[in-house]
Amino acid sequence: MEYLSIVFQEVYKILFLLVPVLVSVAMIVWLDRRVWAFVQKRQGPNVVGPFGLLQSLADALKYIFKEIIIPSSSNKVIFILAPIVTMTLALIAWAVIPFSATQVLADINVGILYLFAVSSLGVYGIIMGGWASNSKYPFLGAIRSAAQMVSYEVSIGVIIINVLLCVGSLNLNDIVIAQQNMWFVIPLFPMFVIFFISALAETNRPPFDLPEAEAELVAGYQTEYSGMMYAMFWLGEYANILLMCAMGAILFLGGWMSPIDVYPFTLVPGAIWLILKILLLFILFALVKAIVPRYRYDQLMRLGWKIFLPLSLTWVVLTASYLFYFNLLPVN
Amino acid sequence: MIAHAIFFYTFSIIAVVSAIMVTASKNTVHSVFFLILDFISISCLFIMIGAEFLGMIMLIVYVGAVAVLFLFVVMMLNVAQQKNQWFAGQTTSKHIPVGLIISTLIFFEIIIVIGGWKYKPEIFDINNSLANTSVSNTHSLGQVLYTDYIHVFQISGMILLVAMVGAIVLTFRQRSGVKKQSYIKQISRERAEGVEVLEVQSNKGVKIDD
Repeated sequence: MEYLSIVFQEVYKILFLLVPVLVSVAMIVWLDRRVWAFVQKRQGPNVVGPFGLLQSLADALKYIFKEIIIPSSSNKVIFILAPIVTMTLALIAWAVIPFSATQVLADINVGILYLFAVSSLGVYGIIMGGWASNSKYPFLGAIRSAAQMVSYEVSIGVIIINVLLCVGSLNLNDIVIAQQNMWFVIPLFPMFVIFFISALAETNRPPFDLPEAEAELVAGYQTEYSGMMYAMFWLGEYANILLMCAMGAILFLGGWMSPIDVYPFTLVPGAIWLILKILLLFILFALVKAIVPRYRYDQLMRLGWKIFLPLSLTWVVLTASYLFYFNLLPVN
Repeated sequence: MIAHAIFFYTFSIIAVVSAIMVTASKNTVHSVFFLILDFISISCLFIMIGAEFLGMIMLIVYVGAVAVLFLFVVMMLNVAQQKNQWFAGQTTSKHIPVGLIISTLIFFEIIIVIGGWKYKPEIFDINNSLANTSVSNTHSLGQVLYTDYIHVFQISGMILLVAMVGAIVLTFRQRSGVKKQSYIKQISRERAEGVEVLEVQSNKGVKIDD
């Protein structure tokens, strides 16, 4: 009986986290299209519901009622597993995101490593989908994406090491609390810029959306997918984007901390601040999509390996030397 | 305790079954997917014994990087063709003696380790290990690696670096006749170098040297 009550409590907590995340994923798709449209002097989706807010809901309804087509020569098990893997991995990472000092589903010791591990597993959904489709375009898209995501993970990992040097702990709440006096975006600004660009590449957003480059690969790894399975890829992709924004907000923008530590601002709950910061980063993501043309593939690889990796490694040495020289290393 | 046992047996059964399936499945890509499943369940077991740092590093390094590259290579192979050569064409197997020797060696190693664990329990006494139990295992691992054994750690890093440079040198080949773009050259081009304004007289034309 006691077990059951614990299980029910946890399930309730998980639902309380997952449902808002799923709803905000749908909303964020609308926001993305809206920002994109405004930059190009269009209106964007504005018909369904007030300001077109229900557009994503209408789209989801349309996807649900479409037929799911499974190609006869595909590898059926892996073909069906791929969107499920993408979606699941994008959602389980939210378990460690702290919304305030106490509001976190799992306050684990190695929170940042968990986030990094889950985001690095995200590549499997794409590879599985591309390979199982048994078709040329999806396969090329999957191979491109695997190479791209593995390369940019390396620089994201090194950037995380930069932040960890200043914090001295792998716990996400500790990382947020360490930014009480100064957000890490100020001392580590170049790393924030590199993190932002690497996050674009990691989530296959424009200008690095080569895995699904419409002009060359039709739609990359999604070509053979239809109906709800396509929608799951799509939702997983946006959930991943939100996750990278949350990671950026926690690592560099002070997480749930209020920007100014004075009376009226500290009344606002931490979750609201975190959501505002995620939204800010997401609007930046959407703006980049609207204003930057797509990279060529060799230049994308060159940027990752020959520019970002040496730069962030040098910055690790700089940060470590600075902290050591001025005796600022966090010791506990 | 019951929940703990249930999780332990679930993960270990998945680990063992997927390890068997890695060698048993005929499709090489399926083998790699089973290998990934094996890695994931092993890292779950690591987390269950309280070694959460090792478990996460296992996920990041093996599943996130090594297995992706593995999958990458295996997908490039022509699987159908390979199946014919490897399984159907191999009537007299020369691999069995070598495999037998290696597996016997590994079997005896495991016997020695388990025997030591059974009959000399003080070898595995927690007090003999260098790990300090009062801090989290990330801290104690850092303490052991970067303070007590820093030189060994540095040497192993150098060996890895040498291996990496060696692999690059061995596979690197300079191809001739490939047009390369120099980014610096492209960006630093001035208008004066690229554009020339000519007076064209009527009925005469101009000669442009290529």
